[in-house]
Amino acid sequence: MSGPSDFQPTNPALKWIERRLPIMGLVHSSFVAYPTPRNLNYWWTFGAILSMMLALQIVTGVILAMHYTPHADLAFKSVELIVRDVNYGWLLRNMHACGASMFFFAVYIHMFRGLYYGSYKEPREILWILGVIIYLLMMATGFMGYVLPWGQMSFWGATVITNLFSAVPYFGESIVTLLWGGYSVGNPTLNRFFSLHYLLPFVIAGVVVLHIWALHVAGQNNPAGVEAKTEKDTVPFTPYATIKDAFGVSCFLLFFAWFIFYMPNYLGEADNYIPANPGVTPPHIVPEWYYLPFYAILRSIPNKLAGVVAMFGAILILAFLPWLDNAKTRSSKYRPLAKQFFWVFVVVCLLLGWLGSKPAEGIYVVAGRILTFMYFAYFLILLPLLSRIETPRPVPNSIADDVLAKTGSKSTPMVSTVLALLVAGGLLAGGMQHARAAEGQEKPPGNKWSFAGPVGKFDRGALQRGLKVYKEVCASCHGLSYIAFRNLAEAGGPGYSVAQAAAFASDYKVKDGPDDKGEMFERPGRPADYFPSPFPNENAARAANGGAFPPDLSLINKARSYPRGFPQFLVDFFTQYQEQGPDYVSAVLQGYEDKPPAGFSLPEGSYYNKYFPGHAIKMPKPLSDGQVTYDDGAPATVAQYSKDVTTFLMWTAEPHMEARKRLGLQVFVFLILLTGLLYFTKKKVWANAH
Amino acid sequence: MHACEPIAGLRSYGKGANRTILDCLFRPDWPGKVVFLPPRGPRAPAATFGRDSSVSGAVPLAADEKGLGIVTTASSADHPTRRDFLFVATGAVAAVGAAATVWPLVAQMNPDASTIAAGAPIEVDLTPIAEGQDIKVFWRGKPIYISHRTKKQIEEAQKVSLSSLPDPQPDSARVKAGHDQWLVVIGICTHLGCIPIAHEGSYDGFFCPCHGSVYDTSGRIRSGPAPTNLPVPPYTFVSDTKIQIG
Ligand code: FES
Repeated sequence: MSGPSDFQPTNPALKWIERRLPIMGLVHSSFVAYPTPRNLNYWWTFGAILSMMLALQIVTGVILAMHYTPHADLAFKSVELIVRDVNYGWLLRNMHACGASMFFFAVYIHMFRGLYYGSYKEPREILWILGVIIYLLMMATGFMGYVLPWGQMSFWGATVITNLFSAVPYFGESIVTLLWGGYSVGNPTLNRFFSLHYLLPFVIAGVVVLHIWALHVAGQNNPAGVEAKTEKDTVPFTPYATIKDAFGVSCFLLFFAWFIFYMPNYLGEADNYIPANPGVTPPHIVPEWYYLPFYAILRSIPNKLAGVVAMFGAILILAFLPWLDNAKTRSSKYRPLAKQFFWVFVVVCLLLGWLGSKPAEGIYVVAGRILTFMYFAYFLILLPLLSRIETPRPVPNSIADDVLAKTGSKSTPMVSTVLALLVAGGLLAGGMQHARAAEGQEKPPGNKWSFAGPVGKFDRGALQRGLKVYKEVCASCHGLSYIAFRNLAEAGGPGYSVAQAAAFASDYKVKDGPDDKGEMFERPGRPADYFPSPFPNENAARAANGGAFPPDLSLINKARSYPRGFPQFLVDFFTQYQEQGPDYVSAVLQGYEDKPPAGFSLPEGSYYNKYFPGHAIKMPKPLSDGQVTYDDGAPATVAQYSKDVTTFLMWTAEPHMEARKRLGLQVFVFLILLTGLLYFTKKKVWANAH
Repeated sequence: MHACEPIAGLRSYGKGANRTILDCLFRPDWPGKVVFLPPRGPRAPAATFGRDSSVSGAVPLAADEKGLGIVTTASSADHPTRRDFLFVATGAVAAVGAAATVWPLVAQMNPDASTIAAGAPIEVDLTPIAEGQDIKVFWRGKPIYISHRTKKQIEEAQKVSLSSLPDPQPDSARVKAGHDQWLVVIGICTHLGCIPIAHEGSYDGFFCPCHGSVYDTSGRIRSGPAPTNLPVPPYTFVSDTKIQIG
């Protein structure tokens, strides 16, 4: 897009096409010959990383849509079935879900980079505004995508976010009803969100084309912030930028793969593994981490309308940045004051994000207000003021001068900023792990799980014993409805043979029908049948259990968590600690105490449990020593039962965990090799250009 | 930088424009003639190259092509094999990665585990089917016809001379020995997949309404566009009155 290309292929067939549709010339001039500043640093590779992420999200999303059912009664289950039954479904789902987080992570770096180097300044205003539009579209897409699994967070996130529009004077209620297609969030809402979630990424792709077009008209900004003047200032896009981008993308993929294969739920909410329930709001509603700063702004303003306006204003203000900051010097490298305030602003944003994950009470509210003020002050007071009072340092005459001045100097500041940002990002991400942060809850003791860590595997013996405990104890009240008997014979499971699984299934009576006469009948279970639930419906279950609903146990280990606190969750990222759920479940199983501590009044029909949030649990102590007979010599103790049944329930929550970790190892070996090769290739290619 | 682009960073370029993109992309000869910046001020050339000078070992040539202070190096001659090996290895590893990534994206289209499990064998009780009657059951989403043939139908099926059949097959190859009265066929027309109607057509077998294929009492094609006989699904007699399909 640097003017008409005079690219001419030699092949007669290609020539014929090129004469009629000069597409090869377009590609050549945009991605091969396109002159790119020779002093770009690695922050500039995030453009390529974002393009890759968009493509990846679209590909995985289109695939997931092939298996997903957008219906309020079926959506949650269909997502679970994708993960459990579809070939590589777990991989595709993890890629898409973690991909959304990675996409936002990359876009924030991309935006901060633009902010720091003044990439929004003349003549790149439109380019910047297109970027803000892409960001807004991304937020809408991400939000609607998060609704689709139809878990508790999906449902209540949808409720809270759509209710933002009820703040609109006069029309608020009508707008919200219009968005819902009903009187509350329900099936019509889910259906339209699915449709729009499918549509918007293509709109984003369209705006990205405009974004790149605008970029190629104005040319790339660069760390020096001076325009390219002669050809000494630039290198052709291919191979220089191509190889550098490829190396950047490869590094990013390593980071991404860490989440996909080892920490798929690190950025998610345990509550979203509980199916949507319009009657119960989770104790702490938090949006996905990438919305947290804006969520904090929303909550720190005590007026409903003003809060909503401030929240949207915080995003829209970015579009006016080119006119709020009219300093002539682009790059903050040469703006001593702006540079410092930039980092203050970064910290303000991270702190806002952290606050967004905290309950809106006490000191958090005050801090939220101060930080909200600082956020807006940066744009509305500081930047306009700085452009008047700041004396910038002299900028280099040309990009070439900048490169020469730097050659041989170290690039350590870059490395340390990356590290600082990673740590800060982890802090922000972990800060939101709040799903079950109930007050007065004791921290479950840690356990040594055979399935923990990067090469963890299920202990087959524990799985088989756990199945026995489930069958003889838990199954009288709790269902296991996502597990089919055939799963017992699948790789990575309890290790039964197909015949054993079939025999196990035939012990169960399964309802089937209607037969020729229209009657339902019972028949022995088959491998394809799912574990039958002990109660026909939720009401029956409640009636039989003193009003409490014994939850289905298939996903219990993923649906329960407890806050790890700072800095533990940061350490968790590196140690791959993902076992909050199992730790909690096994603690609750063993946490019963006959006598509640003095001063604790136990409600009628409840039992005291040290680890249960609020301590009053409706489930009586389920396990006692000697209750289940093990035939493999394992001790028949409550501790052993808990351990075994929790291990079994971890498998039911993620039957493909072993496959995930195994493939993860292969992918890491491959990516490290590729990244290394790309690094040396990049060095070779750039050897003469520095 | 490569042969189709003699000068780095020029917005317009005429030289070598008669190459295809593929030429450009797959002939990585760029480091051979790259523009680098001339040393400025008191720096020595080695300092300009920085840490990369050891790699390139370049000898700057005074190839000041357009009087722009552009200097070209001749590093391509230095370690051609090592350099080529690196590029080829990187490209090969990246290609392997891309191919491996495509695999799960395609494999997900195959039947999932629950579909496969639902395709397990089924048992059918034959007692309710009177002579001359037939039933239709579904297995793996396909209609299966189970016909209890009459003496006359069996005879007709056995009598026919094989040479007159478009897809010659004796009746004995289409039923289980000792169970001549039971015909079990997949009721999907071998022409284009419509469902033939039982007890219709001039052979008292099956008639496909879509394009007029006619099958006989053994489910063999007799006339019409269908090329082959109705296929027999895998099945066994569990007892005299019970079969297992699949
Ligand atoms: S499909 Fe049966 S005749 Fe064409």
